[in-house]
Amino acid sequence: MENDSWTVAGRTFNSRLIIGTGKYKTYEENAAAARASGAEIVTVAVRRVNLTDKSQPILTDFVSPKEFTYLPNTAGCFTADDALRTLRLAREAGGWSLVKLEVLSDQKTLYPDMEETLKATKILVSEGFDVMVYASDDPVYARKLEDAGAAAIMPLGGLIGSGLGIQNRINIRLIVEQTRVPVLVDAGVGTASDATIAMELGCDGVLMNTAIAEAKNPVLMASAMKHAVIAGREAYLAGRMGLKRYADPSSPLAGLI
Amino acid sequence: MSKEKIVINGEEHEIASGKNLDELLDVLELEKRSIAIELNQNLIPKSEWVNHIVKSGDKIEIVQFVGGGF
Repeated sequence: MENDSWTVAGRTFNSRLIIGTGKYKTYEENAAAARASGAEIVTVAVRRVNLTDKSQPILTDFVSPKEFTYLPNTAGCFTADDALRTLRLAREAGGWSLVKLEVLSDQKTLYPDMEETLKATKILVSEGFDVMVYASDDPVYARKLEDAGAAAIMPLGGLIGSGLGIQNRINIRLIVEQTRVPVLVDAGVGTASDATIAMELGCDGVLMNTAIAEAKNPVLMASAMKHAVIAGREAYLAGRMGLKRYADPSSPLAGLI
Repeated sequence: MSKEKIVINGEEHEIASGKNLDELLDVLELEKRSIAIELNQNLIPKSEWVNHIVKSGDKIEIVQFVGGGF
């Protein structure tokens, strides 16, 4: 399908799949999966430079910011202040303002702390960041984030790294219907059909990491996800048939012998 | 030659006195692209690295992008 691009904060992309760069065995495998997925955006983390072992591989040498748009995220941040500090450093290191905010509540669920998330969103927007926000699938908080100036709303399909799929399709659909900025399902996708479901619900895109990185063959799964996202998108645009309780023959009844 | 005792990324280091942040990166043999520096919890833009002379007691964070999902 031609020209089915989407735009976030003034930047236009053709691929509706965003992938993470964590949990891969090597950066080489990570780069191969990223290419197979067709993704144009990859999420990255900000961490201390290793001063003692400089021979360690560097992400930018494999997954180049020239080839992919880096989306710095705040994985591992449990307060608004930590997240703000991380993203200010990321903007300085990378030189761009498009970031992904996530403020988590506890280690067991990594569920987003929406009060802190909303607080951090407001501050980042006031500092000129374009903020894509990891959020619960609560339509009320989704609206508050949009009103606060979020560049995209990214409700969880399921818990981070769980692979449980889209747990609350009704809420995702409600968020899609009410939101004017892009909506991307972030977290919970386990396999290709989950990504397709997210796109069939009308999401603008899907963000995933573990589903690809922890597949037995990450490069093949990356390719599967590419096709799954396209299939779901095309099905959404095509408009599915209505549901019926009983059979409806596909061949004409007239002329039966 | 006098030395300054500083903490970089949580580790204690001793470096020659009079070095600014840009020179500190040279001493540490670090690439200067795609990194950011905090000096005592304050983000220092690249353009200002040369204006900050490292002194004893300073706590410095040097960060880069690494693989990470969410």
